[in-house]
Amino acid sequence: MKKLLNNKAARTNLITYLVVVLAFLAMQLMNSAGMLGSSMKGFLVPICVYISLAVSLNLLVGICGELSLGHAGFMGIGAFSGILIAALLKNTIPNDFLRLLCAMLGGGVFAGVVGFVIGVPVLRLRGDYLAIVTLAFGEIMKNIVGNLYAGTDAEGFHIAISTSRMPLGEGGKYIINGPLGATGIQKLATFSMGFLLVLFTLFVVLNLINSKEGRAIKAVRDNRIAAESVGINVTAFRMKAFVVSAFLAGMAGALFGLNYSSVTATKFNFNTSINILVFVVLGGMGNILGSVISATVLYILPEAMRSLQDYRMILYAIVLIVVMLCTWSPKVKEYLSVAADKALGIFRKKEVGTNE
Amino acid sequence: MRILQYLINGISIGSVYAIIALGYTMVYGIAKMLNFAHGDVIMVGAYISFCVTSYLGLPAWAGVLAAVAVCTVLGVVIEGLAYKPLRGTPSLAVLITAIGVSYFLQNAAQLIWSSSPKNFSSIVTMKPISMAGGKLVITGEVLLTVAACILVMVGLTLFTGKTRTGKAMRAVSEDRDAAQLMGINVNRTISLTFAIGSALAAIAGVLLCSTVPTLQPTTGSMPGIRAFTAAVFGGIGSIPGAMLGGILLGIIETFSKAYLSTQFSDAIVFSVLIIILLVKPAGLLGRQMQEKV
Amino acid sequence: MKKMIALALAAMMVVSMFAGCGGSSTGTPATEAPAANAPAAAPAEGAAPAIKIGLSGPMTGGASEYGLAVRGGMEIAVAEINAKGGLQIEFKSEDDQADGSDLAVSSYNSLKDWGMQILAGAVTTGSALAIAAETVNDQIFMLTPSASAEDVANTGANVYQMCFTDPNQGASAAELMKAKWPDATIGVIYDSSDAYSAGIRDGFLAKAKELGLNVAVDNAAFTADNKADLSAQVTMCKDAGCDLVFLPFYYTEAAQVLTYANTVGYAPTFFGCDGMDGILNVEGFDTALAEGLVLMTPFDASATDEATVAFVEQFKANNGGKVPNQFAADGYDVIYALYNACVAAGVDGNTPAADVCAALQEQFATMKVDGLTGSGMTWDENGMISKAPAAMVVTNGVYVPVA
Repeated sequence: MKKLLNNKAARTNLITYLVVVLAFLAMQLMNSAGMLGSSMKGFLVPICVYISLAVSLNLLVGICGELSLGHAGFMGIGAFSGILIAALLKNTIPNDFLRLLCAMLGGGVFAGVVGFVIGVPVLRLRGDYLAIVTLAFGEIMKNIVGNLYAGTDAEGFHIAISTSRMPLGEGGKYIINGPLGATGIQKLATFSMGFLLVLFTLFVVLNLINSKEGRAIKAVRDNRIAAESVGINVTAFRMKAFVVSAFLAGMAGALFGLNYSSVTATKFNFNTSINILVFVVLGGMGNILGSVISATVLYILPEAMRSLQDYRMILYAIVLIVVMLCTWSPKVKEYLSVAADKALGIFRKKEVGTNE
Repeated sequence: MRILQYLINGISIGSVYAIIALGYTMVYGIAKMLNFAHGDVIMVGAYISFCVTSYLGLPAWAGVLAAVAVCTVLGVVIEGLAYKPLRGTPSLAVLITAIGVSYFLQNAAQLIWSSSPKNFSSIVTMKPISMAGGKLVITGEVLLTVAACILVMVGLTLFTGKTRTGKAMRAVSEDRDAAQLMGINVNRTISLTFAIGSALAAIAGVLLCSTVPTLQPTTGSMPGIRAFTAAVFGGIGSIPGAMLGGILLGIIETFSKAYLSTQFSDAIVFSVLIIILLVKPAGLLGRQMQEKV
Repeated sequence: MKKMIALALAAMMVVSMFAGCGGSSTGTPATEAPAANAPAAAPAEGAAPAIKIGLSGPMTGGASEYGLAVRGGMEIAVAEINAKGGLQIEFKSEDDQADGSDLAVSSYNSLKDWGMQILAGAVTTGSALAIAAETVNDQIFMLTPSASAEDVANTGANVYQMCFTDPNQGASAAELMKAKWPDATIGVIYDSSDAYSAGIRDGFLAKAKELGLNVAVDNAAFTADNKADLSAQVTMCKDAGCDLVFLPFYYTEAAQVLTYANTVGYAPTFFGCDGMDGILNVEGFDTALAEGLVLMTPFDASATDEATVAFVEQFKANNGGKVPNQFAADGYDVIYALYNACVAAGVDGNTPAADVCAALQEQFATMKVDGLTGSGMTWDENGMISKAPAAMVVTNGVYVPVA
């Protein structure tokens, strides 16, 4: 135990888990005390989803040093496959919780497999080229899912990628309906499942970071050639991180999809990918707790500014720029620390004064 | 004849991508940052030109000049306020700030000009050239945009190759620290890069809206992303590469719509892009950097 | 250590933010947040409190053009009604950015926290689908001005539409074509990433097949991502020799099609749907390009009846001279339909939302509404409207009914 507390990484991880568990307990308590309004209750699941997305992207961006602009694409694959699985298992698994779990695992596996398939060729690229290819992948995914039809009728299950609406027979019901997206989804997602997802994501990512492999991955990030020269199989490690990240994003996507009664492919566009990236960079690259906090705060921020009406998005933009400058710019940081010292100095002087 | 018409359509939109991509690549090559707000500076340029010609009733050239002036100032101000303080930090930090700037410009444009679309009247007054009994039509906009692209490309190549300031830019692009040691004012060079990039954005905005007349606060964002794709496609940082990438992207897009599938053209375009990048990982005309420890 | 303290503080801040927002939003909703964007007249002493009507729509972002138009139309209706005395309306709009999942639901939730009794939204189909399921759970009456997919009204018995459904519009377009241009070679250009456009096209193609229309091009699609260039789609229609081109999408993109067709000297009859309304008032658009354009719109801003003239004048005064389109008119009619139903049912600000919902459902089953977008409008048991589609043709820059 003592050894555990002396280990800096272990201590940070412990704090991360503690913060998440405490936040969950606090939310549950407030919820049962009836202190949460509809808006707040509505935020709980998407916040868990975005935390998982931010943490899994941080594995890729912060730990591996790869820029991905297509994270929402994996989220979308997870969402649509999760929705399909949940709808098809409706009669096989009557228990909602189990069905949700299956859907999330299925969504994760689908996204992970797609991650692997595109990872094989794509991971030959680096830096901005990898970024543009992940962006391209997100666009392709969105375009294909926008023309995807799936549904059941008397004859069973049908699925097609088609340029016009796939006809269904007697008693047909669409699960995924082309540009309308998935509609009539049975909402299975719960805050508890969101919490479990966040814990699972943290567990996977933190363990990977602190394992021997994690150190290898960081070595690859800091100097690929040097890492290669000491016998680290660079491609294998990058691939592993890429697939794990896609898998987790897929799980989060499935939870997201099953939290709403309808979801369209356009949700998983470039802007959503960028938003997740903003969470990661603002929380600190490689800083997992930072991702957790920044995803939470930045998700609520535009919602908390609703009273500003038409001005809220412009204010959000300004806040984003200012926060970036405050957290990253050496000059602004220096200025702030001087100002803080001054403020503290006045405070101290006053204190001295009152003592006299 | 039909294939020729599609080719011209492709060149038409491709040359618009190309001129946007030139600005992207210029800023990327020298400041080493992905300026995701570039598309929105284009939108501002188009609005300025629209206001000057429609509200003040001035001729088209005055609109272009005003757009160039305003965008240059805007570019320098953005650079000074939002990007300069982050010099030397990871490029991702600057990327996120650029996204913030992009949100800001879009929302500010909505507040100033409202989100109602405006119809931009083309600055070209020339009648379209009609050949083969109306089966093949070449519009003045295509000719102008292609000419502007070539002019800008040659101009930028000469500028960075021959002039003192241009050479300084290349030096900064190669090695910022070494350039500083050689007495080059790195900050001023980068600011100048942004000024030129933004002036190009203004011209691109006018040409984009002459080809595609609908003007809204979100007008710049999708063409901006396409142009960024084109710039990477051609080899980001390479000036002729941006031009080639833009025009090829436009042609691929139009051909995939015309001969394969309109519904899946986005998927086709981006698949082709991925395949080409796998074969040529540094883009069509990009330099393969030798990595050293 | 310092870093840890900072992190802990940040975490605490987040928790307190939750608590703060949660606390305030559960406070008695009637007393907080006066309608920021509607001039609600103070009710007379002792009168029943105003009924709370909420609108969810895109107020920022790419689709905000439509959300703001609806809001503008609704604000006029609310002001007129409140000036009359009697039942008062408190109106509030929230931004959903035309999102089809989380942002739409959070916009709706924030209206619910405000104490909304009736939802006069959402504006876009995607948002409406996500929100409709919520209103079914909460039993809040929903009348959408412009979300036109059939699935919206089919979500539940409490969901009603003010606009035509997409397949219906497609079918009526086909019927009109059969009646007026039976021998035309038809081309269809549409937005395959948009539910509205794809829905009309599906309905149109089904009906066209039934009627035996000659559809030569049915797959000239674009998406929200590549709509910057529509020249290939126009060229496809031109090549196939289409002399009637069906454009089931919004006027923003239609202006582009008309301009390009004009530059290449292609002049078929263009045919649009209700989304086409507004094209004549796009700033800087040369209305000569739209000469001969046929469109099926329920609203005509140049109509000379008293109600339309007054509405257009007021809208222009409120919105810097902008001429209202059918989105604004639908919004205006939605508020009046809701108001008439509320008065007839005798509900007010004190009635719980679920009771309002039941009472309005009863009213909407039987009532007839006259408005800017039609007269004698009624609703069927699914919540879909029945009003006569008016086909107009642009002649000398104004709408003239198709002869």
